[in-house]
Amino acid sequence: MVEKLTERATAGRTRVGVVDADIHNVFPSREVLKSYLPSRWQRHLETIGPRGHDGYMYASTKYPKVSAATARTDAWPPSGLPPGSDLEFMQEQHLDAFNIEYGILNCFEHVGHELNDEWAAAMARAVNDWQIAEWLEKDERLRASIVVPFENAELAAEEIERVGDHPGYVQVLLLTRTLEPLGRRKYWKIYEAAERHGLTIGMHASNTTGVPPTPVGWPSYYLEEHVIVSLASQSQVISLACEGVFEMFPDLRLVSIEGGFAWLPPLMWRLDQNWKRLKEEVPHLKRPPSEYIREHLWVTTQPIEEPADPNHLLQAIEHFGADDKILFASDYPHWDFDDPNRAFPPRMPKELKRRIFSENAKKLYGFGQEGG
Amino acid sequence: MGEHVVGTVEEIPPGGRKIVEVGGRSIGVFNVGGEFFALRNQCPHQGAELCKGVLSGFVHAEKPGDVTYVRRGEILRCPWHQWEFDIRTGQSWVDPAKVRVRRYEAKVAPGNTLLSEPGGSKELAEAGLEKGLYVAETYEVSVEHEYIVLNL
Repeated sequence: MVEKLTERATAGRTRVGVVDADIHNVFPSREVLKSYLPSRWQRHLETIGPRGHDGYMYASTKYPKVSAATARTDAWPPSGLPPGSDLEFMQEQHLDAFNIEYGILNCFEHVGHELNDEWAAAMARAVNDWQIAEWLEKDERLRASIVVPFENAELAAEEIERVGDHPGYVQVLLLTRTLEPLGRRKYWKIYEAAERHGLTIGMHASNTTGVPPTPVGWPSYYLEEHVIVSLASQSQVISLACEGVFEMFPDLRLVSIEGGFAWLPPLMWRLDQNWKRLKEEVPHLKRPPSEYIREHLWVTTQPIEEPADPNHLLQAIEHFGADDKILFASDYPHWDFDDPNRAFPPRMPKELKRRIFSENAKKLYGFGQEGG
Repeated sequence: MGEHVVGTVEEIPPGGRKIVEVGGRSIGVFNVGGEFFALRNQCPHQGAELCKGVLSGFVHAEKPGDVTYVRRGEILRCPWHQWEFDIRTGQSWVDPAKVRVRRYEAKVAPGNTLLSEPGGSKELAEAGLEKGLYVAETYEVSVEHEYIVLNL
């Protein structure tokens, strides 16, 4: 079965080496998570368990958003384990089938939104150790994001110190639904540590923090929620640009993941227009906000906006003025997955495709230049 | 290519399905209430294995909260993006707003011209749906001596 999948996936348009900037791995079971925790925190997991603003459960896996575990219905491994937890099946169904040369794991285990800081830090250590042992050391195509208890920047920075030099770790994972805008100083220790270790900051769209996903409250439908995720991404980009984060950390590189990008050009126009009038308020900004954004922000494609006329998407990329900053992402194994062979307008220029599917990410993450 | 025996009737009970390889093509054969249908196991959208998707009905509402459910068990939803296909015809049914993608020179017929078509199109048209851009490939299926025969 899998062989046929592979034939179909690569038939027609074999592509050399796709880089996938967003793959989701999860623990196969609570027992495996436990095995990476010291006994004190094993006990905590048994007696208290995760606690976030969404109550006493893991946020995104407990109700089916479109489908169980938010996953493609064909992504459940024959092993019976949850989608994204079985490396062998991921290799067959995704890495081999789509000729993924490098894939970046963004693990969504309940860490950043955990209310108990110490427990969040213990979970982060468990997730990061498990990623090294079970993923990075078992498939040389894989790289990963360090998960951190991001609401406590000091503990987050400690975790970045602890594993930041491991060659498999290329990024620090933040989520877009933080308790405060990410530009604020409470988060700066994270940026300082990431910059020092040459790690990018990945800022992935996310859900519940107890704060409504819109400034006007809670929407009725998942359809709305799924579109609205980019509001948080936009708010964070504005905050990071205006608070002077990119002025303070000139080598910091930020990747906005799964938040779309066609909204970026008009956002930059508005920012610059207002900055000209109000720059006295933010004297720490030496240049128009759009310049900081163009220099420091990368975006991923999935979910790529799909206008009726594909030329309009190309125009948005042109307006963004940074076609070297767009990275292909599949979002495997989630239901809104994009097939690298089929997800893009057929008339996209070859050169641009090459950049999006491989070159941009290789340059950003230094893939192929690790001397091995 | 002619006729191909793809299995026995017992193999695919009502509500069941079997994915077969015929002439180099992966094809899903379905038993819907005793009738057999076959569709190509490849979604026209992004190429997923369509025939591994969930079979459900079609939800329709005249106004918010006023919900009816038609064609139970006859609408196949793709395992990836949940696009809906009519198991009887392979026709995709999407929001009329999608129809604006006319630059593909897709012919989009409004619902009321579909009434003469076989296989329940009438119900979908009455539910205010319009044909989508894509049609999954379908194959004629007949039952002979308790074998399922596929006609390619």
